[in-house]
Amino acid sequence: MGIIVGVDIGGTFTDLVAFDEENKQLRVDKVPSTPDDSSRGLIHGLEALALSGDSIELVVHATTVATNAVLQRKGARCGLITTRGFRDILELRRRDRPHAYGLYGTFTPLVPRDRRLEVTERITAEGTILTPLRQSDLLDTADKLIEQKVDAIVVSFLNSYSNPDHELQAKQWIQQQYPDLFVVSASEVLPVYREFERTSTAVLNAYVQPLIARYLCNLEQRLEQRGYTQGIQIMQSNGGTLTSNEAQTFPVKTILSGPAAGVIAATRLAGESGFNHVITYDMGGTSLDVALVTEGKPYVTGSAELSFGIPVQMTMIDIQTIGAGGGSIAQLDGRKMLQIGPESAGAHPGPACYNQGGTLPTVTDANLILGRINPEKPIGGKDRNPLDATLSQLAIKEHVATPLGLSIDEAASAVLSVANNRMAGSLRRITIDRGHDPRDFILFAFGGAGPLFICSLLRELGATQGMVPRFPGITSAWGCVCSDIQHDFVEMVNRPLDQVELSTIESIFSDQQEQGRKRISDSRLVTDALTTIHEAEMSFEGQTHVIRTMLPNTTLSHKMIRQRFLDSFQRRYGQIDDTFEGLDTLLSEIPVRILTLRTSVIGVRPIKELRSFLNPPDGTLQQSVLGTRDVYHDQRYYPCPVYDRTKIPWEQKINGPAVIEQLDTTTWLEPDTSAQIDNHGNLLIEVP
Amino acid sequence: MDPITLAVIQGSLEQIADEMDATLERMAFSPVISDGFDRASGVYSRVDGEVIVQGPRGLPNFIYVMEFTVRCVIDHIDNPQPGDVYIVNDPYLGGTHLMDVKMVMPFFYRGKLTAYLADTGHWTDIGGRVPGGFSTRATEIYQEGLRLPPLRLIHEGRLNSELLQVILHNVRIPRERRGDIIAQVTALQVGHQRLTRLLDRYGEPTVFEAVNELNNRSENMMRECLSTIPDGTYQFEDYLDSDGIELSSLKLDLEMTIKGDEAHLDFSGSSPPCRGPLNSVLATTISSVYIAFKHTFPEVPINAGCFRPFHFNIPSSTFLNAQLPRPVAGCAAEVSQRVIDVILGALGQAMPDKAYAAPMGTVTNLSVGGVDPDRGYYVFYSFIGGGYGGNFLTDGLNNGNPTIALARTQALEIFEFLYPVIFRRYEIRNDSAGAGRQRGGHGVIFEFEIREGEASASLLGERGRHAPFGILGGQPATCAHHAFTISGTTYVPEHASKDEGVMMNAGDSLCLQTPGGGGFGDPLERSPVEVLEDVRLEYYSLDTAHHVYGVIIEADSLTLDETATRAKRLAMKSQKSSS
Repeated sequence: MGIIVGVDIGGTFTDLVAFDEENKQLRVDKVPSTPDDSSRGLIHGLEALALSGDSIELVVHATTVATNAVLQRKGARCGLITTRGFRDILELRRRDRPHAYGLYGTFTPLVPRDRRLEVTERITAEGTILTPLRQSDLLDTADKLIEQKVDAIVVSFLNSYSNPDHELQAKQWIQQQYPDLFVVSASEVLPVYREFERTSTAVLNAYVQPLIARYLCNLEQRLEQRGYTQGIQIMQSNGGTLTSNEAQTFPVKTILSGPAAGVIAATRLAGESGFNHVITYDMGGTSLDVALVTEGKPYVTGSAELSFGIPVQMTMIDIQTIGAGGGSIAQLDGRKMLQIGPESAGAHPGPACYNQGGTLPTVTDANLILGRINPEKPIGGKDRNPLDATLSQLAIKEHVATPLGLSIDEAASAVLSVANNRMAGSLRRITIDRGHDPRDFILFAFGGAGPLFICSLLRELGATQGMVPRFPGITSAWGCVCSDIQHDFVEMVNRPLDQVELSTIESIFSDQQEQGRKRISDSRLVTDALTTIHEAEMSFEGQTHVIRTMLPNTTLSHKMIRQRFLDSFQRRYGQIDDTFEGLDTLLSEIPVRILTLRTSVIGVRPIKELRSFLNPPDGTLQQSVLGTRDVYHDQRYYPCPVYDRTKIPWEQKINGPAVIEQLDTTTWLEPDTSAQIDNHGNLLIEVP
Repeated sequence: MDPITLAVIQGSLEQIADEMDATLERMAFSPVISDGFDRASGVYSRVDGEVIVQGPRGLPNFIYVMEFTVRCVIDHIDNPQPGDVYIVNDPYLGGTHLMDVKMVMPFFYRGKLTAYLADTGHWTDIGGRVPGGFSTRATEIYQEGLRLPPLRLIHEGRLNSELLQVILHNVRIPRERRGDIIAQVTALQVGHQRLTRLLDRYGEPTVFEAVNELNNRSENMMRECLSTIPDGTYQFEDYLDSDGIELSSLKLDLEMTIKGDEAHLDFSGSSPPCRGPLNSVLATTISSVYIAFKHTFPEVPINAGCFRPFHFNIPSSTFLNAQLPRPVAGCAAEVSQRVIDVILGALGQAMPDKAYAAPMGTVTNLSVGGVDPDRGYYVFYSFIGGGYGGNFLTDGLNNGNPTIALARTQALEIFEFLYPVIFRRYEIRNDSAGAGRQRGGHGVIFEFEIREGEASASLLGERGRHAPFGILGGQPATCAHHAFTISGTTYVPEHASKDEGVMMNAGDSLCLQTPGGGGFGDPLERSPVEVLEDVRLEYYSLDTAHHVYGVIIEADSLTLDETATRAKRLAMKSQKSSS
């Protein structure tokens, strides 16, 4: 077996992990990203790791090409063909507004109106053809779009979820006429009702496709020039990978590629240490990404909104993002209330202490003032200048301390408390909101700024255990090397449970499973096993929101399916039963509806534990102490030992207050907490 | 109080209300709650029901209404006990129309009554003369549906099944209402747990000290905002089409006096109470005023403090403070929006640099009830968006939701799946936006046909006769235009925007065209390139570009004739100044 390389390309850095099974070697590196053509940065990274193409067995890649194309509006020139009377579906949205309060702002759809054309055709909700589609009408319409020099055409007809014939026919006719054009039929991307969301998802697919295709082709070429010819696997938003070819057909599946990879790594690393219930948080420069893992599986969602009016519906790891990162700016609002974020100083100008012209105080400035980070060792680059704490003090003084009548230390501490509270709010929402008690979870911190907050977040949540992995700064790249292959399928049923034949459910499940198996075997990647997960989205008759419930694929019964749904419902909204008498009977007579049937087929890759690549240091705890530093906490400074993470012997307890430094992050252990590196190389933190 | 604890408690309170909202919305059966977000939750003072916190994603219309509801409950009940939950929907006690059903739970902390938790959700039906509750011909509230004073639905933890039966026997589709009741009670429970935890953590005195402080700070912030408005009296009036019974318009007459950091709003010149359901109750009228100010100063957090600098004169001799037994179905959805419009109009005079032209100002409530051979009895309820006003920052948004709501519309495919209807068009209504330097947003065309069976349609809309106004030289938008086609004959309802009990059979159709938003500033100052773009994208006709914007565009090539445009605009300007 050769080397497996994981690559995560972010806005500032390209992170790489290389796994050499034979020689039990693990190499990691960070190189600057090259936004004009990210494949260049990736190749630089491979060079930095001194990897030749022929030594590599597999490259797994998390990419932000799709996300950035949408957020920066730099996607393809698309055309859209709809049912007559409905060309504005994409622009009408679901009738909303950008801000809850304040009636300003407009919306520009990804496809402007002159490239949204109509054809005569109509299919009913039952799938009956009311008005047939005519080839001449369709091709004339397609010609008009070609005249407008479109790169891709999306065909989205009403009720195509119920009968895709017209869409598929249209796609075929267009492709016969224009074989080089990328054509998307909306029902192929998302065979589920709700015309706006389906059209939006299909348009996104077309909008990012040419960019992804170009990028992946460039990348493959560059890799081939270095002797690597195996093809690449791309991380999807669902946390599994697919081939480069599949990614070029369904690029919308990669829209949350990078963050999903991080959650996969966290799931795996926490699992290696024996933890199956995990709250993960990734705190970088501008944002906080939070996700939930239960029973060793990341929580998934069916939809997300990329920005106002641009929803995407796909199975995705449910990652909640708020604007709270190291670069988040602290300021007072009109009530003199301290607010942190969502505005960020970003990488440029960055926090005041970067001395790059930023004068507003940030979370990083507060951490620096209070002694939690080392000015001599800024994260994210050997070449970076030391941080300047006097600039941080100036910024905090002017914008926080003086207006609030606080000392600089008190003000910096206030910044961290408010930031911590916002972050804790986000963590609570993904747990309590779903009926989980955060105290049943381990808190997994990653991203450069994450581990500084782990103790205070644990306290805020009332939880007791935290974890900082060995390489928190490159977690997403790690997620790439340890991800499985995954294919998701969905079919809409939308009927009352008692009217759906069990044999129908079983045959849908087995078809989906078969398709998944075929794709995995076609990818020719080595897999240890195939896992299949069947789920149904169900609700009580009349409800809009559905709950996903896992089902076995055989020995189904209507009674059992209903019971599984009730169990999921109870878990999700479990607060009700004990206190009030009689309420549960209110639901007992209401029938249950199945909206969709879903299957995920997972090709489990043979992945070694991180443990097998790590060598526990052989020195003593004392030898891992780099020195001492005063750190402010709870209204006073504590003298704290500073440890070198790489030299701390495993399974030896460290008591807080203490600072643990490593290249890619700093962990702050508050007083009355303790930590040790476990026998998998993870730093385990206990807050009593 | 130290700023850190204060900020943390503020954040925690908001999260409590937000979690209550989220629970209610996900569990609800009424699509108006779950998809339309027509719901709100919060925590209220034990003493007088003052709002301590309300969810940031709650329906704006309930900003002040909930405080009013809780206060009425406090006044009406004796000896609340732990485990009690009150249900109330009386507009004259609860503050909006009958469909908004409120639940109020006394909150006990360590055995002592400490606060009230409350939530509200719009039920798709509450009985009454038409399915969905939006009768346009009701003349008494008794015709509008079941009216509940504050009653213990749950008493000391036990469901009052007799009351439940009364409710379920008086509403259409009672099965779904069972689910809504569970959702509303569960949301209260979530609030109960989270508030208990907050009090455990910080202690009751600290939390309530923080609440006080937050109220004071919101008040101060609102006062600072009000003092940026130049002192003076600003007069603005606007109209509603009709009350659904009589054809005459209803006038909203606002005199807004700003003095220092206080605002006095006098509506006493408005029309008297009307016979039809376009009356408003006091709480809804006042709530609408606060929404208008919140849209103008979005940064001020909502709690009892920010209401303090406002004073009102809304006498019961006007339709904005109607008394029992006047019908009120249109208050929350339609009248409230016009109240907001007149405040935006008055504020626009006072602060041109923060002005908004009028948004479409109508929800256009449509309910179709009928019997389908396959589906049986059904109620199809929908509302339709319109354009926002051009404003100091941007053009108006196309197809926005009403200013009083955050509700989204349902997918057409869901309607076609659930009901025997088929849509013919759902598109932007070209040329409906008011012209201006920043133009309004466009309204929409929403057209459907009945496929099978027989149905009865009711429409409660507005802006059929009085267009959304422009501001600072901007032009009004196009009025709503609704037309039924029954047995091949097309007609516009007598009340333009309202009709009730229209019998529709297979093949009959209804085409609703909603208004755009008004324009901001002189259309002759709009960049010709932007006008050209609007013509190229067919939002505006060549005619409008020519006659309203003075922009000359060559019809075939769609290119701008800059010289002719300059000349045309000069001529129009001089014509304008001479007239």
